[in-house]
Amino acid sequence: MTSYDTVIGLEIHVALMTESKFLCSCKTTFGAPPNSQCCPVCLGLPGTLPLINEKAVEYATKAGLALNCQIHFFSRFDRKNYFYPDLPKAFQITQDAFPLCTDGFLEYYMDEQLVRTAITRIHLEEEAGKLIHSGPTIVDSEYSLVDYNRAGIPLIEIVTAPDIHTPRQARLFLEQLRLLMNYIGVSDTKMEEGSLRCDANISLKPAGSSVLGTKVEIKNLNSFRALEKALEYEERRQSKLLDRGEAIRQESRTWDERAGRTITMRSKGDAPDYRIFPEPDLPPLNLDPAWVSLIKVSVPELPLERLKRLEEEYGLSRYEATFLVNYRDFGDLFFELAEIGLEHKSIVNFLMGDYARLAREHGHMAAKRLAELLQLQAEGRISQNQAKAVLEELFSCRLSAREIVEKKGLEVVGDPAALQPVVAEVLDGNRELAARYKNGETKLLGFFVGQVMRATQGKADPETVSQLLRDELAD
Amino acid sequence: MRRLAHLLETRQISSTEVVEHYLAEISKQEPVLNAFITVDAEGALAQAKASDRRRREGQALSPWDGIPIAVKDNISTKGLKTTCASRFLANYVPLFDAEVVSRLKDVGLSIIGKTNLDEFAMGSSTEYSAYGVTCNPHDHERVSGGSSGGSAAAVAAGEVPWSLGTDTGGSIRQPASFCGVVGLKPTYGWVSRYGVVALAPSLDHVGPLARTVEDAALLFSLIAGPDPKDATSSDAREFSIPDWDESFVKGLKIGVPEEFFGEGISPEVEGAVRDCLNALEGWGAELVPISLATNEYAIDTYLTLVTAEASSSLARYDGVRYGVRIPAEDSNTMFARSRSAGFGAEVKRRIMLGTYVLSARQYGAYYEQAQKVRTLIRQDVLEAFKQVDVIITPTTPSTAFRIGAKQSPLEMYLSDLFTAMANLCGIPALNVPCGRDSRGLPLGMQIMGGHFQEELLFRVARLVENHVGVEGEVFSDKL
Repeated sequence: MTSYDTVIGLEIHVALMTESKFLCSCKTTFGAPPNSQCCPVCLGLPGTLPLINEKAVEYATKAGLALNCQIHFFSRFDRKNYFYPDLPKAFQITQDAFPLCTDGFLEYYMDEQLVRTAITRIHLEEEAGKLIHSGPTIVDSEYSLVDYNRAGIPLIEIVTAPDIHTPRQARLFLEQLRLLMNYIGVSDTKMEEGSLRCDANISLKPAGSSVLGTKVEIKNLNSFRALEKALEYEERRQSKLLDRGEAIRQESRTWDERAGRTITMRSKGDAPDYRIFPEPDLPPLNLDPAWVSLIKVSVPELPLERLKRLEEEYGLSRYEATFLVNYRDFGDLFFELAEIGLEHKSIVNFLMGDYARLAREHGHMAAKRLAELLQLQAEGRISQNQAKAVLEELFSCRLSAREIVEKKGLEVVGDPAALQPVVAEVLDGNRELAARYKNGETKLLGFFVGQVMRATQGKADPETVSQLLRDELAD
Repeated sequence: MRRLAHLLETRQISSTEVVEHYLAEISKQEPVLNAFITVDAEGALAQAKASDRRRREGQALSPWDGIPIAVKDNISTKGLKTTCASRFLANYVPLFDAEVVSRLKDVGLSIIGKTNLDEFAMGSSTEYSAYGVTCNPHDHERVSGGSSGGSAAAVAAGEVPWSLGTDTGGSIRQPASFCGVVGLKPTYGWVSRYGVVALAPSLDHVGPLARTVEDAALLFSLIAGPDPKDATSSDAREFSIPDWDESFVKGLKIGVPEEFFGEGISPEVEGAVRDCLNALEGWGAELVPISLATNEYAIDTYLTLVTAEASSSLARYDGVRYGVRIPAEDSNTMFARSRSAGFGAEVKRRIMLGTYVLSARQYGAYYEQAQKVRTLIRQDVLEAFKQVDVIITPTTPSTAFRIGAKQSPLEMYLSDLFTAMANLCGIPALNVPCGRDSRGLPLGMQIMGGHFQEELLFRVARLVENHVGVEGEVFSDKL
């Protein structure tokens, strides 16, 4: 069996979350009643004309800047002609020869290594409507209905260079890209709602060869898992064919999630001729460099930058930092708490632990409210277990952490004078064990601490108790 | 129109009477003329009544409030069928007014009906209309020209005082010439195309047709101006009617391109144009012989671009949302059957040509090449305007031809020989009548100017009009 190098390139469609559509002023709310968000323009009625939504250009530019692209001050719109019931004008307004952004890259971690994937281009285009079939697919449906609410929502198509080498890398790339889009706030990137879609091109070549193999396009990849699985399947399929000396057919295949395999959609010969030509209804896009500079300033801290900062400035581990980057809201909370002056590691431990569980259920809590609890814990005034109990209360009532502690009488007893009688009592009741301790069985200390804690309903400060016990038993 | 406005203002006549007069003309002439696809008598009368009420209450929207107008049937009118003279859109009723229509309504004009055209404005005679040919009012056996034949014939026949047409390669000027009325194709971008059903967006223009130069200028002033709904609309100023001072003609440089005269031109057409040129020279203009050699390529370039853009612009007529739908097993078959049933032969021909010139293999040889030639033609013309103020040519090589005379599509395409150039360049061009031939058919002269030089075109046209005279004053008994 020969060994092969896998070459993967991705084409990603990202729906921009502008309030109104790309070429008209219709709303873009997801899930509105069918055909309630369309107008003569996005229905392509005779005589209507498109108008560019500046916000869409802004978001596309922002995405380009976040992906280190060159932003072209001159770009142009084209018509891509094809017939389909969901395409009201029977052409899509897109950018072909002169896209808005080119030559960028995205960096991300694969295992411990920082890798980079080149972005060939990003262009703006309009979304089509949505077909609702009476049967499972268009072919075996008695009828299909069209919802044009989606028609005309702005999209960016991001095209990578063919320099992804494994299905897993493709997945990591897409996850990082999605995170980036969320960070810059241009898309909600919900794969299940179709606001992030991915097609993949994959080819195999003999290991080390510089000649690319015949590529196959895989469509209908509706989840990160589907992307990885489909590419793995295709890797196996293509290598088997090559091993047998058979040629790979250049074609489009679709991922059949249930069967777990890719199936032929259309071969190269059936590929439509889109008859692309410049859109005569729209003048070219001429961006003001000053405007682009303003967009550049508006690009927030990106995931990789945040990761670096968390590791280098806050001394967090890769694991901790990754958590705070991937869950950006947790990251934001972390910075707020750190700002208040709390110790970094203890914040992360807290956020990743009990807080994460409760926040997923109830939503986030204001940093100040949380800070008070962490402060009490840091000062040793409540124990870790008590902190957990207080946190649960914090989510369900309006009292502050301090008030809860007071109300429940939870405060840790750290005064040796107050604890001394309890310690004496415990040792008195366990004379035999105390003797064994004195004979060298020092691990019994934990038992005594536990007894004191129980006697004080957990209020005793374990540190102080240990010290008192050691002092007593040393006599 | 100033006179009619005066009669309305001084209440010597009511808008209802005006509209009734034109409706009577329409009922009398339409059985033969066929200039209209839809006549909205009820709507026009209702609008007239509303206008009369406004005047009584001193609330007239403008001096033109209550005057009727006809609109070419490829310009969207809310609630009023807009068929584009196609079977495909036989029952299509727009949900909105074209920008030009709302501007007319805003000043109180009433839409009396929708005029005939070649299907989707593809043609030069209205013979390609799904609703029958519009006859020439001067000779019913001849065509009115096209594609705005209905708009031109209706004005010439006195069925309406003025009308709107569209011009992609000569579709206002050629019928204006055949019917003996004034017609302007304005500068590209000065009149909004919003709501005007696209043939070829980079070449489509909307413009006025009227009996007199002043009326054409007035109608132009009502529709011109920037429109935020049209991204190709220019930020140009508003247009106001000139004062008609004639002194400008002294020293005016008129370009006379040799390629538009001589061989292939009817001697009567050439004679009439030369006569007017001589008159202009007599008043102090300077005639400058020029060459517009690139006009040789204008028709080929024009046809390549117009078919390419049309093949895409007309793709939306797929039977899914409106218009003809012939049900089928699958969507592709439904598209094909609906389009086959809904479109006429010329539309199909142009869609096929356009699809071919845009196809991946032919794009470089045709579409791309045509864009380059378009640039060369534009340079040629703009270069000429460095030497001269206006360019004058015949509008068409001959007068109106007989219905059915042009059998081949190619013959028909050559009707745009002198007019397509202005569309390729986006410059304004106007037809002004310049007499009659021996059969009594109108002769037309084309005046072209640099971008946004409409005022100059109207001034020159007005001199020509003074020279040859205007026929048939409506409501003369009241004046």
